[in-house]
Amino acid sequence: MSEALITVLMVHEVGLHARPSVKLTKLAKGFSSQIEMAVAAEGPWIDAKSIVKVMATKAPKDTVLHFRARGDDAQAAVQALADLVASDFEEAKRDAARG
Amino acid sequence: MSSRVGIVIVSHSPDVARGTAEMVRQMVGEEVPLAHCGGNPDGGLGTSVEKILAAIDEAWSEAGVAILVDLGGAETNSEMAIEMQPPERQGRVVICNAPIVEGAVMAATESWGGATLAQVCGAAEELSAA
Repeated sequence: MSEALITVLMVHEVGLHARPSVKLTKLAKGFSSQIEMAVAAEGPWIDAKSIVKVMATKAPKDTVLHFRARGDDAQAAVQALADLVASDFEEAKRDAARG
Repeated sequence: MSSRVGIVIVSHSPDVARGTAEMVRQMVGEEVPLAHCGGNPDGGLGTSVEKILAAIDEAWSEAGVAILVDLGGAETNSEMAIEMQPPERQGRVVICNAPIVEGAVMAATESWGGATLAQVCGAAEELSAA
Protein backbone atom coordinates (compact mmCIF):
# COMPACT_ATOMS: atom_id res chain seq x y z
CA MET A 1 0.00 0.00 0.00
CA SER A 2 1.47 3.33 -1.02
CA GLU A 3 0.42 6.83 -1.92
CA ALA A 4 1.47 8.90 -4.88
CA LEU A 5 0.82 12.41 -6.13
CA ILE A 6 1.62 13.99 -9.47
CA THR A 7 0.73 17.17 -11.34
CA VAL A 8 0.73 17.68 -15.09
CA LEU A 9 -0.08 20.54 -17.43
CA MET A 10 -2.82 19.72 -19.91
CA VAL A 11 -1.91 21.10 -23.32
CA HIS A 12 -4.78 19.51 -25.21
CA GLU A 13 -6.35 22.16 -27.43
CA VAL A 14 -9.96 21.40 -26.52
CA GLY A 15 -9.39 20.49 -22.89
CA LEU A 16 -10.93 17.61 -21.01
CA HIS A 17 -13.77 17.03 -23.46
CA ALA A 18 -15.51 13.75 -24.17
CA ARG A 19 -12.89 11.66 -25.89
CA PRO A 20 -9.98 12.54 -23.57
CA SER A 21 -12.25 11.98 -20.56
CA VAL A 22 -13.13 8.50 -21.76
CA LYS A 23 -9.46 7.69 -22.36
CA LEU A 24 -8.45 8.98 -18.96
CA THR A 25 -11.19 7.06 -17.18
CA LYS A 26 -10.46 3.84 -19.03
CA LEU A 27 -6.79 4.08 -18.12
CA ALA A 28 -7.62 4.81 -14.46
CA LYS A 29 -9.93 1.80 -14.28
CA GLY A 30 -7.00 -0.44 -15.19
CA PHE A 31 -5.37 0.17 -11.81
CA SER A 32 -6.47 -1.29 -8.51
CA SER A 33 -5.54 1.82 -6.54
CA GLN A 34 -8.05 4.42 -5.51
CA ILE A 35 -7.33 7.34 -7.85
CA GLU A 36 -8.51 10.90 -7.54
CA MET A 37 -8.15 13.94 -9.75
CA ALA A 38 -8.41 17.68 -9.14
CA VAL A 39 -8.09 20.80 -11.27
CA ALA A 40 -6.61 22.72 -8.32
CA ALA A 41 -4.12 21.72 -5.63
CA GLU A 42 -6.66 22.38 -2.90
CA GLY A 43 -9.28 20.22 -4.59
CA PRO A 44 -12.09 19.31 -4.73
CA TRP A 45 -10.89 15.80 -5.50
CA ILE A 46 -13.04 13.61 -7.69
CA ASP A 47 -12.93 9.90 -8.53
CA ALA A 48 -10.74 9.61 -11.65
CA LYS A 49 -12.52 6.35 -12.52
CA SER A 50 -15.89 8.10 -12.79
CA ILE A 51 -16.47 9.17 -16.39
CA VAL A 52 -19.33 11.46 -15.38
CA LYS A 53 -17.28 13.30 -12.75
CA VAL A 54 -14.18 13.60 -14.94
CA MET A 55 -16.17 15.05 -17.83
CA ALA A 56 -18.05 17.37 -15.48
CA THR A 57 -14.81 19.17 -14.55
CA LYS A 58 -14.86 20.71 -18.07
CA ALA A 59 -11.18 21.46 -17.54
CA PRO A 60 -9.93 23.76 -20.34
CA LYS A 61 -6.52 23.84 -22.06
CA ASP A 62 -3.61 24.86 -19.81
CA THR A 63 -5.24 23.46 -16.69
CA VAL A 64 -2.80 21.84 -14.28
CA LEU A 65 -4.28 18.47 -13.42
CA HIS A 66 -3.51 16.85 -10.09
CA PHE A 67 -3.67 13.11 -9.62
CA ARG A 68 -3.32 11.25 -6.37
CA ALA A 69 -3.59 7.55 -5.76
CA ARG A 70 -3.59 5.17 -2.85
CA GLY A 71 -2.96 1.48 -3.29
CA ASP A 72 -0.48 -1.13 -4.42
CA ASP A 73 -0.03 0.38 -7.88
CA ALA A 74 -0.40 4.03 -6.84
CA GLN A 75 2.87 5.23 -8.33
CA ALA A 76 2.36 3.46 -11.64
CA ALA A 77 -1.20 4.77 -11.81
CA VAL A 78 -0.41 8.47 -11.40
CA GLN A 79 2.58 8.15 -13.75
CA ALA A 80 0.48 6.52 -16.47
CA LEU A 81 -2.24 9.16 -16.15
CA ALA A 82 0.30 11.98 -16.27
CA ASP A 83 1.91 10.39 -19.34
CA LEU A 84 -1.47 10.22 -21.07
CA VAL A 85 -2.18 13.89 -20.38
CA ALA A 86 1.36 14.94 -21.33
CA SER A 87 1.09 12.98 -24.58
CA ASP A 88 -1.93 15.13 -25.46
CA PHE A 89 -4.14 12.05 -25.04
CA GLU A 90 -2.32 10.49 -27.97
CA GLU A 91 -4.44 12.65 -30.23
CA ALA A 92 -2.06 15.34 -31.41
CA LYS A 93 -0.49 13.22 -34.10
CA ARG A 94 -3.80 12.10 -35.53
CA ASP A 95 -5.28 15.58 -35.39
CA ALA A 96 -2.23 16.94 -37.19
CA ALA A 97 -2.54 14.24 -39.83
CA ARG A 98 -6.14 15.21 -40.31
CA GLY A 99 -4.96 18.77 -40.91
CA MET B 1 -15.54 -14.18 -23.32
CA SER B 2 -17.65 -11.16 -22.69
CA SER B 3 -18.96 -10.64 -19.22
CA ARG B 4 -19.28 -6.93 -19.92
CA VAL B 5 -22.75 -5.42 -19.71
CA GLY B 6 -24.35 -5.05 -23.14
CA ILE B 7 -25.65 -1.68 -24.35
CA VAL B 8 -28.75 -1.28 -26.53
CA ILE B 9 -29.63 2.05 -28.14
CA VAL B 10 -33.28 2.59 -29.09
CA SER B 11 -34.20 5.76 -30.97
CA HIS B 12 -37.17 6.80 -33.09
CA SER B 13 -34.67 7.65 -35.79
CA PRO B 14 -32.44 4.98 -37.36
CA ASP B 15 -29.87 7.71 -38.00
CA VAL B 16 -29.76 8.79 -34.37
CA ALA B 17 -29.43 5.17 -33.24
CA ARG B 18 -26.65 4.49 -35.73
CA GLY B 19 -24.84 7.73 -34.94
CA THR B 20 -25.01 7.13 -31.21
CA ALA B 21 -23.64 3.61 -31.65
CA GLU B 22 -20.86 5.02 -33.80
CA MET B 23 -19.89 7.46 -31.04
CA VAL B 24 -19.75 4.63 -28.53
CA ARG B 25 -17.61 2.52 -30.84
CA GLN B 26 -15.17 5.32 -31.60
CA MET B 27 -14.87 6.66 -28.07
CA VAL B 28 -15.06 3.54 -25.96
CA GLY B 29 -14.04 0.76 -28.34
CA GLU B 30 -15.11 -2.56 -29.74
CA GLU B 31 -15.01 -4.58 -26.53
CA VAL B 32 -18.45 -3.66 -25.22
CA PRO B 33 -21.43 -5.65 -26.61
CA LEU B 34 -23.48 -3.05 -28.47
CA ALA B 35 -26.61 -3.03 -30.60
CA HIS B 36 -28.86 -0.29 -31.88
CA CYS B 37 -32.23 0.02 -33.54
CA GLY B 38 -34.51 2.78 -34.71
CA GLY B 39 -37.43 3.39 -37.00
CA ASN B 40 -40.73 1.58 -37.41
CA PRO B 41 -41.11 -1.48 -39.68
CA ASP B 42 -42.13 0.80 -42.58
CA GLY B 43 -38.86 2.68 -42.41
CA GLY B 44 -40.34 5.82 -40.87
CA LEU B 45 -39.70 7.39 -37.51
CA GLY B 46 -40.71 5.18 -34.61
CA THR B 47 -39.68 2.11 -32.71
CA SER B 48 -40.67 -1.52 -32.95
CA VAL B 49 -40.74 -4.22 -30.31
CA GLU B 50 -39.38 -6.76 -32.80
CA LYS B 51 -36.31 -4.66 -33.55
CA ILE B 52 -35.73 -4.03 -29.85
CA LEU B 53 -35.98 -7.77 -29.12
CA ALA B 54 -33.42 -8.47 -31.85
CA ALA B 55 -31.11 -5.75 -30.51
CA ILE B 56 -31.29 -7.20 -26.98
CA ASP B 57 -30.37 -10.62 -28.38
CA GLU B 58 -27.47 -9.12 -30.31
CA ALA B 59 -26.04 -7.28 -27.30
CA TRP B 60 -26.93 -9.99 -24.80
CA SER B 61 -24.39 -10.64 -22.08
CA GLU B 62 -24.54 -12.75 -18.95
CA ALA B 63 -23.80 -9.50 -17.10
CA GLY B 64 -27.05 -8.06 -18.45
CA VAL B 65 -28.13 -5.40 -20.89
CA ALA B 66 -28.70 -1.68 -20.37
CA ILE B 67 -31.09 0.06 -22.77
CA LEU B 68 -30.85 3.76 -23.64
CA VAL B 69 -33.98 5.28 -25.16
CA ASP B 70 -35.00 8.67 -26.54
CA LEU B 71 -38.72 9.53 -26.43
CA GLY B 72 -41.85 7.96 -24.94
CA GLY B 73 -42.57 5.22 -27.46
CA ALA B 74 -39.01 3.99 -27.31
CA GLU B 75 -39.42 3.53 -23.59
CA THR B 76 -42.82 1.80 -23.65
CA ASN B 77 -41.76 -0.53 -26.49
CA SER B 78 -38.54 -1.30 -24.63
CA GLU B 79 -40.56 -2.09 -21.51
CA MET B 80 -42.65 -4.46 -23.60
CA ALA B 81 -39.53 -6.11 -25.01
CA ILE B 82 -38.20 -6.53 -21.47
CA GLU B 83 -41.44 -8.20 -20.35
CA MET B 84 -41.13 -10.63 -23.28
CA GLN B 85 -37.67 -11.78 -22.22
CA PRO B 86 -37.41 -15.38 -21.01
CA PRO B 87 -37.52 -15.93 -17.23
CA GLU B 88 -33.76 -16.47 -16.93
CA ARG B 89 -33.15 -12.96 -18.30
CA GLN B 90 -35.66 -11.19 -16.06
CA GLY B 91 -34.02 -8.51 -13.96
CA ARG B 92 -30.99 -8.47 -16.22
CA VAL B 93 -32.39 -6.15 -18.89
CA VAL B 94 -33.09 -2.61 -17.71
CA ILE B 95 -33.82 0.83 -19.14
CA CYS B 96 -31.44 3.61 -18.02
CA ASN B 97 -33.10 6.88 -17.18
CA ALA B 98 -30.53 9.02 -18.99
CA PRO B 99 -30.04 11.11 -22.15
CA ILE B 100 -29.55 8.69 -25.03
CA VAL B 101 -26.25 9.89 -26.50
CA GLU B 102 -24.41 10.95 -23.36
CA GLY B 103 -25.91 8.07 -21.42
CA ALA B 104 -24.77 5.51 -23.98
CA VAL B 105 -21.17 6.77 -23.87
CA MET B 106 -21.13 6.86 -20.05
CA ALA B 107 -22.77 3.45 -19.73
CA ALA B 108 -20.40 1.89 -22.25
CA THR B 109 -17.37 3.36 -20.48
CA GLU B 110 -18.51 1.84 -17.20
CA SER B 111 -19.26 -1.47 -18.90
CA TRP B 112 -15.82 -1.49 -20.49
CA GLY B 113 -14.30 -1.21 -17.00
CA GLY B 114 -16.19 -4.29 -15.87
CA ALA B 115 -18.93 -2.60 -13.86
CA THR B 116 -22.15 -4.37 -12.89
CA LEU B 117 -25.48 -3.60 -14.60
CA ALA B 118 -26.52 -1.42 -11.65
CA GLN B 119 -23.24 0.51 -11.80
CA VAL B 120 -23.52 0.95 -15.56
CA CYS B 121 -27.00 2.43 -15.29
CA GLY B 122 -25.99 4.39 -12.21
CA ALA B 123 -23.22 6.14 -14.13
CA ALA B 124 -25.57 7.06 -16.98
CA GLU B 125 -28.25 8.26 -14.59
CA GLU B 126 -25.74 10.31 -12.65
CA LEU B 127 -25.83 12.65 -15.68
CA SER B 128 -29.36 13.74 -14.90
CA ALA B 129 -28.49 14.46 -11.29
CA ALA B 130 -25.34 16.42 -12.12
